Amino acid sequence: MALLEAKGLYAGYGGMNILNGVDAVIDADEIGVIIGANGAGKSTLLKAIFGLLHVSQGTVKLAGKDITNMAPDKLVRAGMAFVPQEQNIFPSLSVEENLEMGAFVRRDDFSHLIEQIYGYFPDLAEKRNQPAGELSGGQRQMVAMGRALMIEPSLLLLDEPTAGLSPRYMNEIFERIIAINKTGVGVLMVEQNAKQALAIAHKGFVLANGRNRFTNTGEALLNDPEVAKSFLGG
Amino acid sequence: MNELIFFFNKVIVAGSVIGSIYAMGAIGVTLVFAILRFAHFAHADLMTLGAFFSYILVVAFPELGGFVGLPTGFVVLPVAMVLTAIFAIGLDKTFYKPLRDKNVKPVVIVIASVGVTLMIQGVIRLFAGTTSRNFFSVDGVAGKDIFRIKLPFEAASRKIFITEPQILLFIFLILAVGLLHYFLTRTRLGKAMRAMSDNPDLARVSGINTNVVVWTTWIIAGGLAAAAGTLLSMDVILKPDLSFNILLPIFAAAIVGGVGQPYGAIAGGFVVGFAETLSVFNWAILLRPFRDSIPEWIELPSKIAFVPTEYKIIVPFVLLIAILVWKPTGIFKGKVL
Ligand SMILES: Nc1ncnc2c1ncn2[C@@H]1O[C@H](COP(=O)(O)OP(=O)(O)O)[C@@H](O)[C@H]1O
Ligand SMILES: [Mg+2]
Repeated sequence: MALLEAKGLYAGYGGMNILNGVDAVIDADEIGVIIGANGAGKSTLLKAIFGLLHVSQGTVKLAGKDITNMAPDKLVRAGMAFVPQEQNIFPSLSVEENLEMGAFVRRDDFSHLIEQIYGYFPDLAEKRNQPAGELSGGQRQMVAMGRALMIEPSLLLLDEPTAGLSPRYMNEIFERIIAINKTGVGVLMVEQNAKQALAIAHKGFVLANGRNRFTNTGEALLNDPEVAKSFLGG
Repeated sequence: MNELIFFFNKVIVAGSVIGSIYAMGAIGVTLVFAILRFAHFAHADLMTLGAFFSYILVVAFPELGGFVGLPTGFVVLPVAMVLTAIFAIGLDKTFYKPLRDKNVKPVVIVIASVGVTLMIQGVIRLFAGTTSRNFFSVDGVAGKDIFRIKLPFEAASRKIFITEPQILLFIFLILAVGLLHYFLTRTRLGKAMRAMSDNPDLARVSGINTNVVVWTTWIIAGGLAAAAGTLLSMDVILKPDLSFNILLPIFAAAIVGGVGQPYGAIAGGFVVGFAETLSVFNWAILLRPFRDSIPEWIELPSKIAFVPTEYKIIVPFVLLIAILVWKPTGIFKGKVL
């Protein structure tokens, strides 16, 4: 059974549809990567899946259960976590408080998870008591991902986790995503660094004008000359 | 020496008293803005209302204070705080939340709160008229304790004056600020409140129950407003138009401190309070001891004050405009209105 099954989604802003029947299906343990030009509707797709935008047609299922238009707090409890593209940290809260906020819905002891996240991102361990807003761009992205991991999600949605990062941080983030995925977390992410992202993707979705243009394994998309020409910069 | 004691009574004590009151009001204003992103104009009316709740309780149970040796108004305060908190949540549910759910612009909610102000004032006037009431002249309530402290100096014949309600006010403020600090930095809900102030969308995405945070905000704001209103009325007198003179200073305090910053609101409250007492103080009194060492031909005026007492209200107004022009984020780097 698919972990995430989004079928024929229509959604948009203020009554105007941006998504016109988009599909995205990934299995548990998979990394799915969404690429496409600016304004293609990639962020809109993630927001629609996460219940932040009204889905007017189509269905979203998580592990077979219909979650279409479910409120974000319920989705968090159902095991789905989302890292938005921008403003994805609480800047005046310390790094550790950001992680604690990720665990807001948990009433159990989650201190071992905080330590696990410091294990993934050793940079953060040193800065645990510093306001997250004072960190570098790459470290902020780590805080944002750490916050989302605190619910031990079965599905992690990431919107451009490497946007604006130096190559050093970009590689580190990609490595961590692979490591997180290996622990059994399904990942669906939007990426501008399309080649690197497709290289680690089990499935790739190329969006254009709110529709699926190409859907295949990451490897197949990388080797598709048409995709390469229009979406991978030649 | 006597002149310095006069200064202490008129500026330091009076400034701390009114500063504490402003601080408690400004914390509420700033928290409501941090969480709900609108300027709550009816906040001072929560103070009046809270003071009236206390007064009604004092009239109903005048002897309560006698049992514990504290003013009855102070003993019934927790109940009045709870009532005001419930009232504040009720206001939110009836007026502000429906507007929020429609996604209106913040200014619409601000105007709604102006309507709520007029409504609360009307209701208070309907039941209480326009007469002032004294917490200590209710039948069965013991009188107000006033402490006159004599300093151990020959030259100091004047005494330091401080009243029991003033001492209770200082103790209450210190406890309230300590508890608020603990709540905001140590508890799950308090941290969620700061998180929502930082980034409301991400708070939702994290699964934070934003309704609970909103209620908590009204509980703190309403409770502190009731305390400030009651303690001020105990120290001076309970006037039905209490809110009229206090609205501008508490907004000035919140903005001076940095909107959305509770610690800024406390600092802002004292800045505004001391600015008021310093500007109405008659500085000529401090010059009097030097009368003999000043040449004859310089005539000392009998009164040197920056602002006549009756125009005190312009002090917070000037401060407000100055801070908006030169440093709109306030002392503690708050949000810009
Ligand atoms: N909050 C919004 N309100 C209205 N239109 C929006 C909003 N966010 C994005 N859009 C529009 O939706 C389209 C798709 O945007 P988005 O999904 O963010 O693109 P991207 O693929 O770059 O992530 C764009 O045309 C954009 O202008
Ligand atoms: Mg985007």
